[in-house]
Amino acid sequence: MWIYEKKLEYPIKIRTCNPTMAKYIITQYGGPDGELGASLRYLSQRFSMPTNEAKATLNDIGTEELAHLEMVGSMVYQLIRGVPVKELEKYGLGSYFTQHDHAIYPVDASGVPYSAASFQSMGDPVADLTEDLAAEQKARATYENLINLTDDPDVIDPLRFLRAREIVHFQRFGETLDKVQDELGKKKYFVNKPY
Amino acid sequence: MDMDCERAIREVMAADFTCYDLALYLNTHPFDTRALAVYYSSVQRARSLRENYERMCGPLTAQASTRTLNCWEWALTPWPWEWQ
Repeated sequence: MWIYEKKLEYPIKIRTCNPTMAKYIITQYGGPDGELGASLRYLSQRFSMPTNEAKATLNDIGTEELAHLEMVGSMVYQLIRGVPVKELEKYGLGSYFTQHDHAIYPVDASGVPYSAASFQSMGDPVADLTEDLAAEQKARATYENLINLTDDPDVIDPLRFLRAREIVHFQRFGETLDKVQDELGKKKYFVNKPY
Repeated sequence: MDMDCERAIREVMAADFTCYDLALYLNTHPFDTRALAVYYSSVQRARSLRENYERMCGPLTAQASTRTLNCWEWALTPWPWEWQ
């Protein structure tokens, strides 16, 4: 289970609205390499991991991704807070406004709604952890693209934090994959599929 | 959010992050006793900062919403995405 804490993982305090940046950043909310997908991927894959340590890594990183989802949602919310509809339309959010007003809805930068088809849960720990490594790199690259699209320090600061977390997660998944492969390579190993 | 509370919550966030990041490290290095010792002291620091914040500004979890007898503070204090 989870317990909500009434704070973000890292502060979000954006003083200048920027609908264009909101339109780009929302891809980390509901896009294929975003935080919602990351969280669902790890929290789904953890059930079938062969070791308790691997379950711990997926459980805790999957949980942190929910905190990142909240951070990204907060950024989009603050970037369009109070912006009049004409301005939203001018900066490319007219279609978004039509369906969602100023609310937060999981779509990518082109407006495509979130799809669970963007991740897998194979039950093969090597396949799953290798996907996780790639997912962290794709998210890292997306955050770098977003950082290159703005010069507002209030926006860059949390994006840099999120980018750094992708690198730490990549490291932890790498260590987890090494250990799982050692475990599976032993003569007497844990049988994950009882058939 | 008032300035004192903002300063206090930023301290809680930083201290909690230290614990959280160490925990991720410990998940893949569960026998690293040096990291474990740092983890224990980080948790103590985070706890005392949290207690200080909750006494001063309000609950961080529903179960910590026990400061007042006449109202349910959990639902009345600001939400974290509302910073201006």
